[in-house]
Amino acid sequence: MAYTLNINGVNHAVDVDEATPLLWVLRDVLDMKGTKFGCGSGLCGACTVHLNGVAVRACSTPVSGVGTAAISTIEGMAEHPVGKKVQDAWLEIDVAQCGYCQAGQIMSATALLAQTPKPTDADIDAHMSGNICRCATYNRIRTAIKLAAGETKGA
Amino acid sequence: MNAIRSKVSRRMFLKASAVTGGGLMLSFSVPAFAALGPTEATLNAYVRIAADGIVTIAAKNPEVGQGIKTSLPMIIAEELDVDWKNVRIEMAAVDGDKYGVQSAGGSTSIPRNWDTLRRVGAAGRQMLVSAAAKTLKVPASELTTSGGNVIHAASKRSLSYGALAATAATVPVPDLKTVALKDPTAFKIIGQRTKDIDGPKIVTGQPLFGIDVSVPGMLYAVYEKCPVFGGTVASANLDEVKAMPGVRHAFIVAGTLAPGEVNLGAGLAGGVAIVADTWWQAKTARGKLRVEWKEPASKSQSSVGFAARAAELAKQKPELSVRTDGDVDAALKGAAKVITASYSYPFLAHAAMEPQNATAHFKDGKVEIWVPSQNPAAGRAQAAKALGMDEKDVLVHMIRGGGGFGRRLTCEFMAEAAWISREAGVPVKLLWTREDDMRHDHYRPGGFHTLTAGIDASGKLIALRDHFQTYGSDGKFANSANLGADIFPAEFVPNLDYSASFMPLGTPTGPMRAPRSNALAMVFQSFLDEVAHAAGRDPLEFHLELLSEHRAKSPTPLPFDSARMSAVLKLVTEKAGWGKRELPKGTGMGLAYYFSHSGYVAHVAEVTVTPDVPLSVNAVKINKVWAVADVGSHIVNPSGAENQMQGAVLDGIAQVMGQEITIARGSTVQGNFDTYTALRMKQAAPVEVHFLLSNNPPTGLGEPALPPTLPAIANAIFAASGQRLRDIPLNKSIRGTAAV
Ligand code: FES
Ligand code: FES
Repeated sequence: MAYTLNINGVNHAVDVDEATPLLWVLRDVLDMKGTKFGCGSGLCGACTVHLNGVAVRACSTPVSGVGTAAISTIEGMAEHPVGKKVQDAWLEIDVAQCGYCQAGQIMSATALLAQTPKPTDADIDAHMSGNICRCATYNRIRTAIKLAAGETKGA
Repeated sequence: MNAIRSKVSRRMFLKASAVTGGGLMLSFSVPAFAALGPTEATLNAYVRIAADGIVTIAAKNPEVGQGIKTSLPMIIAEELDVDWKNVRIEMAAVDGDKYGVQSAGGSTSIPRNWDTLRRVGAAGRQMLVSAAAKTLKVPASELTTSGGNVIHAASKRSLSYGALAATAATVPVPDLKTVALKDPTAFKIIGQRTKDIDGPKIVTGQPLFGIDVSVPGMLYAVYEKCPVFGGTVASANLDEVKAMPGVRHAFIVAGTLAPGEVNLGAGLAGGVAIVADTWWQAKTARGKLRVEWKEPASKSQSSVGFAARAAELAKQKPELSVRTDGDVDAALKGAAKVITASYSYPFLAHAAMEPQNATAHFKDGKVEIWVPSQNPAAGRAQAAKALGMDEKDVLVHMIRGGGGFGRRLTCEFMAEAAWISREAGVPVKLLWTREDDMRHDHYRPGGFHTLTAGIDASGKLIALRDHFQTYGSDGKFANSANLGADIFPAEFVPNLDYSASFMPLGTPTGPMRAPRSNALAMVFQSFLDEVAHAAGRDPLEFHLELLSEHRAKSPTPLPFDSARMSAVLKLVTEKAGWGKRELPKGTGMGLAYYFSHSGYVAHVAEVTVTPDVPLSVNAVKINKVWAVADVGSHIVNPSGAENQMQGAVLDGIAQVMGQEITIARGSTVQGNFDTYTALRMKQAAPVEVHFLLSNNPPTGLGEPALPPTLPAIANAIFAASGQRLRDIPLNKSIRGTAAV
């Protein structure tokens, strides 16, 4: 099936089976490797992207369900007003260990801050608990979110 | 390749080759473009300096999140005396002749390389100084260096390393053994919080990991293996699979393992390979695959069966004596109080965030493999052997790995990818599903312990016995399932008896972050806490006394320095306000410490337990963990080190709270994060980290902060609730019969 996907503001034509998850269209058809595969079952958040600004799991979103929604991925975050702040905070706090989960973490954190610019700890717990960090950088993720929200200063 | 070569021609190489008997020989050369060939390819180059002063340093060891790609080059840059902002880092080639051991395991990267890499950097600096002395016609002794410049203070002249590089190539090579090292008080890079070198790529989603590798013409592969370890394929419905969209190849791989062999590193396990245009197509086609397996006898094994067998063994005489000091039976007879308890812990999967993968391109009798590995040389040897090739025909590229934790020390997926590429005749990226990853691991082995302790009238520990029911056969422990004669409190109790009994196991086991220690710390540090409470003593006071006196000797002296342990214990309890803070009812503190991988680590956990409900994950809230480590005189990168400490502590929390792999029908039950729970943000307690610098050589930090976490939590749960956690994880029923 032919689809036109709007990704980070650019239209991409793809021809894939309708059941193909958006994750694999991004990674293997469009060669956008930033969105990661962790579980394939909506359990880990490594594949988080935005559909019209809402964080979704690309591994569990068939391409046929995307329609005309605006897709944002980690590759587009440098141009995203909140996403850029989140990326900068991530660097400032030196959040990553292996780094594999961090694209998904940044996408979830950006969606959270876009909606809730000054999140409480409970907001962070609620919105970020779908994203696993196996290296367990959670202390720093929390600090970085607060930094991006302008609530704390850098390390 | 051409692009790289033309760049290289403008650069200078610092060549270091290992010489027999230790030490390294260094030499500089400026290879001309035309001269770059096989000779240069075998050079041991750590450092290149470009004319503009940009210094490129090779990161010799695999990066899997432990931060070594940043911290090892920091050591070279320090002694080379350059500004960190002018340093670029490249992954080194996999070449043991040039770089020695290139693995990420056992927290060994820092202790193995600290001294050598300082000398590599210092030798480079010395050659640049010699070059400046020649150029300025002054004695080298009048020259100093700073931030990538050689300075002649007397004449107020200074030359940049970039300008000196070509001349430096012509000066004699210093002997690494005698090269002058910096006074550590002058360190400018070592000891500074330094950001992960790949941070910018990570936060912007640039290709970086094994899974991101692309090779022109590459197809995607999945590989189905027998759920019962060691099984092989009898038959499979390949025609049906081949008819699925996008599928180019589907074939049976007989495998190279001897019957009954389950060690992941032993060769290539049999299975069915499916190769398709996209990974999703390969995986979808796999949904149609029906395989008839030849299953080994271990298909009758189960976790339930192991627990029952362990309970039988606990009542019998142990099979193997591990250590005996004094006379435990006599001491227990004379003891004022005897304490007994049974502990158990489950199998664990590594569950690194990036599922296992390797990209391989077999062509003209050679194969090139891109892989996130903790031990690429071993994976190369395994792949070469499985394919019947010479190791020199297997070229391996080290790619950043999305977590390792010991899983990627064995990389059988390299052999799988190479085999599939050869048979399919195309480059392939083999990517496992999460379920493949979780069901084909080498697991942290579970275990069962039956403990007895005796205390005298003054509350002093006088006897300790542990009968360990573990996995193995013929008196031999399964991989990472052993109990050593050196395990604390050996040497600190006059009458001590460690022994083991074995259960044959058809499931592969292997190292996982702080192997053995990650389980034994829970058992021994929890049981010692039980003993302290049974004696009516404050655990801190009990432990400081225990650590203060050697009361038995080992045949060979143990490397454990109890004074260092006492010091970290004192500092962590001070930071946590042990015994000083008024805690609300239902809240308690627990302490634990452990020596592993040369590191001394102690933790205090503060926990609140909901009263009057059965102990469960939901009833336990971990408020905070204080963590102190003594890993020697320097913390190379405090930012990375703190991250490792926090990660290890939270990893331990995940284990004590909810992680458990169970075996049924000889196969792994759990397949994904729905049943094998990972720690989530809402459970991630704040972890306050401190380092105690001591006058000892620096050692590694990837592992030693994990082991004491579990007992610190368990001991805090007891302090908060009076309930003793003896069977982990917490979401399991409680077993044990302590006399408390
Ligand atoms: S890969 Fe999509 S949630 Fe895990
Ligand atoms: S940084 Fe490794 S999984 Fe999050």
